[in-house]
Amino acid sequence: MSSLQSYLLLSALLFSIGLAGALTRRNAILVLIGIELMLNAANLNFIAFWRYGPTPSKLTGIMFVIFSISVAAAEAAVGLGIILAAYRHSKTTDLDQMNSLKG
Amino acid sequence: MTVIFLILAVLTVAGTAAAMGMRNAVHCVLALTLGFAGVAALYLQLDAQFVGFTQIMVYVGAVAILAVFAIMMTHSPTSVQLPAYSTHWLAGGFVAAAVFAVLAWAIRASAASAQPLPPQPDIDVQQIGDALMHRYVLPLEIMGLLLTAALIGAVVIAMDRKEEIK
Repeated sequence: MSSLQSYLLLSALLFSIGLAGALTRRNAILVLIGIELMLNAANLNFIAFWRYGPTPSKLTGIMFVIFSISVAAAEAAVGLGIILAAYRHSKTTDLDQMNSLKG
Repeated sequence: MTVIFLILAVLTVAGTAAAMGMRNAVHCVLALTLGFAGVAALYLQLDAQFVGFTQIMVYVGAVAILAVFAIMMTHSPTSVQLPAYSTHWLAGGFVAAAVFAVLAWAIRASAASAQPLPPQPDIDVQQIGDALMHRYVLPLEIMGLLLTAALIGAVVIAMDRKEEIK
Protein backbone atom coordinates (compact mmCIF):
# COMPACT_ATOMS: atom_id res chain seq x y z
CA MET A 1 0.00 0.00 0.00
CA SER A 2 1.53 3.28 -1.07
CA SER A 3 1.62 6.33 1.14
CA LEU A 4 -0.88 8.31 -0.92
CA GLN A 5 -3.31 5.41 -0.58
CA SER A 6 -2.97 5.45 3.21
CA TYR A 7 -3.70 9.20 3.32
CA LEU A 8 -6.74 8.72 1.08
CA LEU A 9 -8.00 5.83 3.21
CA LEU A 10 -7.58 7.92 6.37
CA SER A 11 -9.47 10.76 4.73
CA ALA A 12 -12.28 8.38 3.67
CA LEU A 13 -12.47 7.13 7.26
CA LEU A 14 -12.69 10.72 8.58
CA PHE A 15 -15.43 11.46 6.05
CA SER A 16 -17.39 8.36 7.12
CA ILE A 17 -17.04 9.25 10.82
CA GLY A 18 -18.34 12.75 10.08
CA LEU A 19 -21.19 11.33 7.98
CA ALA A 20 -22.13 8.86 10.72
CA GLY A 21 -22.18 11.70 13.25
CA ALA A 22 -24.24 13.96 11.00
CA LEU A 23 -26.77 11.17 10.36
CA THR A 24 -27.10 9.73 13.86
CA ARG A 25 -26.65 12.54 16.42
CA ARG A 26 -29.68 14.34 17.84
CA ASN A 27 -27.93 17.55 18.90
CA ALA A 28 -27.94 20.06 16.00
CA ILE A 29 -24.53 21.46 17.01
CA LEU A 30 -22.93 18.00 16.81
CA VAL A 31 -24.51 17.46 13.38
CA LEU A 32 -22.84 20.70 12.24
CA ILE A 33 -19.54 19.44 13.69
CA GLY A 34 -19.97 16.24 11.69
CA ILE A 35 -20.30 18.33 8.52
CA GLU A 36 -17.12 20.20 9.48
CA LEU A 37 -15.35 16.84 9.82
CA MET A 38 -16.45 15.89 6.30
CA LEU A 39 -15.03 19.19 5.00
CA ASN A 40 -11.77 18.45 6.83
CA ALA A 41 -11.55 15.05 5.14
CA ALA A 42 -11.92 16.74 1.73
CA ASN A 43 -9.18 19.24 2.64
CA LEU A 44 -6.86 16.40 3.65
CA ASN A 45 -7.49 14.84 0.24
CA PHE A 46 -6.59 18.12 -1.50
CA ILE A 47 -3.30 18.38 0.40
CA ALA A 48 -2.43 14.70 -0.17
CA PHE A 49 -3.06 14.95 -3.92
CA TRP A 50 -1.12 18.22 -4.06
CA ARG A 51 1.90 16.66 -2.32
CA TYR A 52 1.87 13.52 -4.46
CA GLY A 53 0.95 15.34 -7.68
CA PRO A 54 3.38 16.06 -10.54
CA THR A 55 3.82 19.80 -9.87
CA PRO A 56 3.65 20.67 -6.15
CA SER A 57 5.39 24.01 -6.82
CA LYS A 58 2.23 25.38 -8.46
CA LEU A 59 0.47 25.71 -5.05
CA THR A 60 -2.98 24.85 -6.41
CA GLY A 61 -3.82 22.37 -3.64
CA ILE A 62 -2.72 24.77 -0.91
CA MET A 63 -4.79 27.63 -2.42
CA PHE A 64 -7.84 25.41 -2.70
CA VAL A 65 -7.55 24.35 0.94
CA ILE A 66 -7.05 27.93 2.17
CA PHE A 67 -10.24 29.06 0.41
CA SER A 68 -12.07 25.92 1.51
CA ILE A 69 -11.14 26.56 5.16
CA SER A 70 -12.44 30.15 4.83
CA VAL A 71 -15.76 28.98 3.39
CA ALA A 72 -16.02 26.35 6.15
CA ALA A 73 -15.43 29.00 8.81
CA ALA A 74 -18.17 31.21 7.32
CA GLU A 75 -20.47 28.19 7.14
CA ALA A 76 -19.81 27.31 10.80
CA ALA A 77 -20.57 30.86 11.94
CA VAL A 78 -23.83 31.11 9.98
CA GLY A 79 -24.84 27.54 10.90
CA LEU A 80 -24.38 28.12 14.62
CA GLY A 81 -26.30 31.42 14.27
CA ILE A 82 -29.19 29.52 12.67
CA ILE A 83 -29.07 26.92 15.46
CA LEU A 84 -29.23 29.71 18.07
CA ALA A 85 -32.22 31.29 16.30
CA ALA A 86 -33.97 27.90 16.07
CA TYR A 87 -33.22 27.24 19.75
CA ARG A 88 -34.74 30.58 20.72
CA HIS A 89 -37.85 29.66 18.72
CA SER A 90 -38.40 26.03 19.75
CA LYS A 91 -36.40 25.89 23.05
CA THR A 92 -34.51 22.78 21.96
CA THR A 93 -31.55 21.74 19.80
CA ASP A 94 -32.89 18.17 19.51
CA LEU A 95 -33.39 17.44 15.81
CA ASP A 96 -35.98 14.71 16.47
CA GLN A 97 -38.17 17.32 18.16
CA MET A 98 -37.64 20.04 15.54
CA ASN A 99 -40.10 18.54 13.07
CA SER A 100 -42.06 21.56 11.88
CA LEU A 101 -40.93 24.54 9.83
CA LYS A 102 -43.68 26.88 10.98
CA GLY A 103 -43.44 26.08 14.71
CA MET B 1 3.71 4.44 5.60
CA THR B 2 5.82 5.66 8.50
CA VAL B 3 5.42 5.29 12.25
CA ILE B 4 4.66 9.03 12.58
CA PHE B 5 1.82 8.73 10.07
CA LEU B 6 0.38 5.75 11.97
CA ILE B 7 0.51 7.60 15.30
CA LEU B 8 -1.11 10.72 13.81
CA ALA B 9 -3.76 8.66 12.01
CA VAL B 10 -4.71 6.77 15.19
CA LEU B 11 -4.81 10.08 17.13
CA THR B 12 -7.00 11.78 14.51
CA VAL B 13 -9.41 8.88 14.11
CA ALA B 14 -9.67 8.39 17.89
CA GLY B 15 -10.36 12.10 18.42
CA THR B 16 -13.01 12.37 15.72
CA ALA B 17 -14.66 9.07 16.62
CA ALA B 18 -14.87 10.19 20.26
CA ALA B 19 -16.24 13.55 19.09
CA MET B 20 -19.06 11.80 17.24
CA GLY B 21 -19.64 9.09 19.85
CA MET B 22 -19.62 10.66 23.32
CA ARG B 23 -22.79 11.60 25.17
CA ASN B 24 -21.81 14.94 26.65
CA ALA B 25 -21.65 17.64 23.95
CA VAL B 26 -18.82 19.57 25.65
CA HIS B 27 -16.70 16.40 25.83
CA CYS B 28 -17.46 15.89 22.13
CA VAL B 29 -16.02 19.31 21.26
CA LEU B 30 -12.94 18.70 23.42
CA ALA B 31 -12.33 15.41 21.59
CA LEU B 32 -12.93 17.25 18.31
CA THR B 33 -10.06 19.68 19.01
CA LEU B 34 -7.80 16.61 19.31
CA GLY B 35 -9.03 15.39 15.91
CA PHE B 36 -8.52 18.81 14.29
CA ALA B 37 -5.01 19.07 15.78
CA GLY B 38 -4.25 15.61 14.38
CA VAL B 39 -5.35 16.75 10.91
CA ALA B 40 -3.13 19.86 11.30
CA ALA B 41 -0.17 17.60 12.18
CA LEU B 42 -0.93 15.51 9.08
CA TYR B 43 -0.75 18.71 6.99
CA LEU B 44 2.67 19.42 8.51
CA GLN B 45 3.68 15.86 7.71
CA LEU B 46 2.68 16.54 4.07
CA ASP B 47 4.96 19.65 3.93
CA ALA B 48 2.03 22.09 3.92
CA GLN B 49 3.13 24.17 6.92
CA PHE B 50 0.99 27.21 6.16
CA VAL B 51 -2.18 25.13 5.85
CA GLY B 52 -1.31 23.26 9.04
CA PHE B 53 -1.05 26.46 11.07
CA THR B 54 -4.18 27.86 9.39
CA GLN B 55 -5.98 24.67 10.44
CA ILE B 56 -4.85 25.14 14.06
CA MET B 57 -5.89 28.82 14.11
CA VAL B 58 -9.25 28.41 12.36
CA TYR B 59 -10.47 25.02 13.59
CA VAL B 60 -8.81 24.47 16.97
CA GLY B 61 -8.87 28.17 17.78
CA ALA B 62 -12.13 29.49 16.35
CA VAL B 63 -14.59 26.79 15.28
CA ALA B 64 -14.18 24.69 18.45
CA ILE B 65 -14.59 27.77 20.68
CA LEU B 66 -17.65 28.80 18.64
CA ALA B 67 -19.17 25.32 19.10
CA VAL B 68 -18.52 25.42 22.87
CA PHE B 69 -20.22 28.83 23.06
CA ALA B 70 -23.20 27.55 21.06
CA ILE B 71 -23.52 24.50 23.36
CA MET B 72 -23.32 26.78 26.39
CA MET B 73 -26.02 29.11 25.06
CA THR B 74 -28.40 26.31 24.03
CA HIS B 75 -27.97 24.27 27.20
CA SER B 76 -31.26 23.47 28.87
CA PRO B 77 -31.83 21.16 31.86
CA THR B 78 -34.05 18.82 29.85
CA SER B 79 -31.46 18.16 27.13
CA VAL B 80 -29.36 16.06 29.52
CA GLN B 81 -31.88 13.24 29.83
CA LEU B 82 -32.54 12.92 26.11
CA PRO B 83 -30.79 10.09 24.23
CA ALA B 84 -27.70 11.18 22.30
CA TYR B 85 -28.56 9.30 19.11
CA SER B 86 -31.45 9.63 16.71
CA THR B 87 -34.08 6.91 16.50
CA HIS B 88 -32.74 6.02 13.03
CA TRP B 89 -29.14 5.63 14.20
CA LEU B 90 -28.84 2.11 12.79
CA ALA B 91 -29.73 3.25 9.25
CA GLY B 92 -27.37 6.25 9.55
CA GLY B 93 -24.50 4.07 10.71
CA PHE B 94 -25.17 1.61 7.91
CA VAL B 95 -25.11 4.39 5.28
CA ALA B 96 -21.81 5.75 6.67
CA ALA B 97 -20.26 2.26 6.69
CA ALA B 98 -21.44 1.65 3.12
CA VAL B 99 -19.94 4.99 1.99
CA PHE B 100 -16.63 4.07 3.61
CA ALA B 101 -16.67 0.63 1.98
CA VAL B 102 -17.25 2.11 -1.50
CA LEU B 103 -14.58 4.82 -1.00
CA ALA B 104 -12.03 2.30 0.32
CA TRP B 105 -12.73 -0.04 -2.60
CA ALA B 106 -12.30 2.81 -5.11
CA ILE B 107 -9.03 3.94 -3.48
CA ARG B 108 -7.59 0.41 -3.40
CA ALA B 109 -8.63 -0.29 -7.00
CA SER B 110 -7.46 3.01 -8.49
CA ALA B 111 -4.08 3.15 -10.23
CA ALA B 112 -3.88 6.92 -9.65
CA SER B 113 -3.50 6.47 -5.91
CA ALA B 114 -0.35 4.34 -6.28
CA GLN B 115 1.96 7.33 -6.89
CA PRO B 116 5.52 7.43 -5.57
CA LEU B 117 6.41 10.39 -3.34
CA PRO B 118 7.88 13.25 -5.43
CA PRO B 119 10.85 15.21 -4.00
CA GLN B 120 10.01 17.66 -1.24
CA PRO B 121 8.88 21.03 -2.66
CA ASP B 122 10.40 24.15 -1.10
CA ILE B 123 7.30 26.22 -0.44
CA ASP B 124 7.58 29.24 1.82
CA VAL B 125 4.96 31.70 2.99
CA GLN B 126 6.30 34.39 0.66
CA GLN B 127 5.39 32.29 -2.38
CA ILE B 128 1.89 31.74 -1.01
CA GLY B 129 1.51 35.47 -0.37
CA ASP B 130 2.74 36.26 -3.89
CA ALA B 131 0.25 33.81 -5.39
CA LEU B 132 -2.59 35.24 -3.29
CA MET B 133 -1.72 38.81 -4.35
CA HIS B 134 -1.26 38.08 -8.06
CA ARG B 135 -2.83 34.98 -9.52
CA TYR B 136 -5.52 34.45 -6.87
CA VAL B 137 -6.32 38.08 -6.03
CA LEU B 138 -9.93 37.93 -7.30
CA PRO B 139 -10.84 34.81 -5.26
CA LEU B 140 -9.18 36.48 -2.26
CA GLU B 141 -11.35 39.58 -2.63
CA ILE B 142 -14.49 37.47 -3.09
CA MET B 143 -13.54 35.52 0.04
CA GLY B 144 -13.26 38.78 1.98
CA LEU B 145 -16.72 39.78 0.77
CA LEU B 146 -18.12 36.34 1.68
CA LEU B 147 -16.62 36.49 5.19
CA THR B 148 -18.06 39.99 5.72
CA ALA B 149 -21.48 38.83 4.53
CA ALA B 150 -21.27 35.74 6.76
CA LEU B 151 -20.28 37.87 9.77
CA ILE B 152 -23.18 40.28 9.30
CA GLY B 153 -25.57 37.45 8.42
CA ALA B 154 -24.66 35.42 11.52
CA VAL B 155 -25.20 38.44 13.76
CA VAL B 156 -28.55 39.28 12.12
CA ILE B 157 -29.80 35.67 12.28
CA ALA B 158 -28.75 35.13 15.90
CA MET B 159 -30.07 38.54 17.06
CA ASP B 160 -32.95 38.52 19.51
CA ARG B 161 -35.93 40.03 17.68
CA LYS B 162 -37.89 40.76 20.86
CA GLU B 163 -35.39 43.44 21.80
CA GLU B 164 -36.37 45.45 18.71
CA ILE B 165 -40.05 45.53 19.61
CA LYS B 166 -39.47 46.90 23.11
